[in-house]
Amino acid sequence: MDKVIIANDLTLSYNNNETIINQSNFSINSGEFVFITGASGSGKSTLLKSLYGAIAPKQGELIVGGVKINDISSKKLNFLRRHVGIVFQDYKLIKEWTIEKNVMLPLIISGYAKDVSEIQVQKLLTHVKLNHQMGKYPPELSGGEQQRVAMARALAHNPIIILADEPTGNLDDYSAQVIWNLLEGACTQLKTTIVVVTHHIPETMKIDYKHLHIEYGSIYEVS
Amino acid sequence: MKSLKNHFSLIAALFTILFTLQVYQILERTITAYEESLRANYSIVVIANTELEEASLKSQFTLIRSLEEVSPEKVIKRLEKEMDKTSLGLLRASLPRFYRLSLEHYPEPEEVDMLSSQLENMKQIKRVESFSKTHDQIYKLLLLYKGITQVFAFAIFVVTLLLIIKEMRIWQFQHAERMNIMALFGAPIMLRSAVLFRLAIIDALCAAALVLAAFGVIIRTRWAESYFNEINIQVTLFDYAKDSFLHFAIALSLSVLLALLLIINHKEEV
Repeated sequence: MDKVIIANDLTLSYNNNETIINQSNFSINSGEFVFITGASGSGKSTLLKSLYGAIAPKQGELIVGGVKINDISSKKLNFLRRHVGIVFQDYKLIKEWTIEKNVMLPLIISGYAKDVSEIQVQKLLTHVKLNHQMGKYPPELSGGEQQRVAMARALAHNPIIILADEPTGNLDDYSAQVIWNLLEGACTQLKTTIVVVTHHIPETMKIDYKHLHIEYGSIYEVS
Repeated sequence: MKSLKNHFSLIAALFTILFTLQVYQILERTITAYEESLRANYSIVVIANTELEEASLKSQFTLIRSLEEVSPEKVIKRLEKEMDKTSLGLLRASLPRFYRLSLEHYPEPEEVDMLSSQLENMKQIKRVESFSKTHDQIYKLLLLYKGITQVFAFAIFVVTLLLIIKEMRIWQFQHAERMNIMALFGAPIMLRSAVLFRLAIIDALCAAALVLAAFGVIIRTRWAESYFNEINIQVTLFDYAKDSFLHFAIALSLSVLLALLLIINHKEEV
């Protein structure tokens, strides 16, 4: 199986030089569903940020989708991000844009034609059961609905990886389950690699997954 | 509504800047026109023993614009009843020649003093009357006007700068989130900034058009024009071609500069 994420002796730290992740090794295969867990402040989100190039490794090597993150140029970083979908706990939707335009964002960036983008957005919003809300603005939707919009946006450009940072952290049980179903669907039907940072792995998971745990700066696989 | 509010903040700032700039331009033009009217009304009287040649004087003194002989006939006519013809003939023969010197610009007191003393040193010139006391008073008043205008211009510059900085901070706050989100999905910097540039250009055009409309109304009411006519000064309140171009150029440059500064200062959220 192809490895989409490879970390060799990866060390991550912020500007204050406090090491968050220390010389860790792991790899993630294409199409795998991966949970990253750990206590608050253990470095889960920092690790996820490094996967989309917001933080460069201090030492070691990190390769995502064939692109080496160490000393990455802005052009290569943009290229990488055009093949990654990201979901955040606080949704990060553009408030002054409609739901339709928010979902269309990755397609606009990738330069898709307007008619193609519109069809894809319509399909995705129907998939997340929000096609009747496409003219609305994010603040007009509930938290669960906003996260479904964020999911649709993450899927819009058929990314090779979806990175999700506590995607159900702000949601009620029902909305959280909808999100888990969507992530599972992307993994099984679209063969998208899913990496989710979370405090708790849902008990309702219907597919196999890999579990990486972070403790005292080390990453290890939980069997 | 929110979008309109976003537009309004920059349009209002740009409108204020452009309107104040035009008021400053009118002030500058008024002072120039006033200076020109002073120059036209001011002259030095020269009394000479023999005839003076304009070309010769102009070649020696660049400040001199023209030389005009003043006829003494008016005064002599008044004496016709009191004096006989022979006496009048003698008076005519013994009278010196009177000249009025017009100058290229309204001179500084030092320039007047230097010109007077140089003229007085000439053999054929008997006396020079520069009306220096009146000249000094008017000149000081003009300097005061100019000084006030310059202070006003400096104040405009400072206020403009503060307005721009304030506007930049508002823009930074308004657009940073969207730019960060777009960056997360790999948008190149030009695409991330496209909305900013579009906003900047639209707002600049709106602000310049509003100033144009405002001065169009002011000119039509003719209130300002009649005021200037009363003090005998002709001033162009708004030159549609030149001033419009200046306003559009300044508004576009300022707003695009604002957008550029914002993009340069933008740091991706980690």
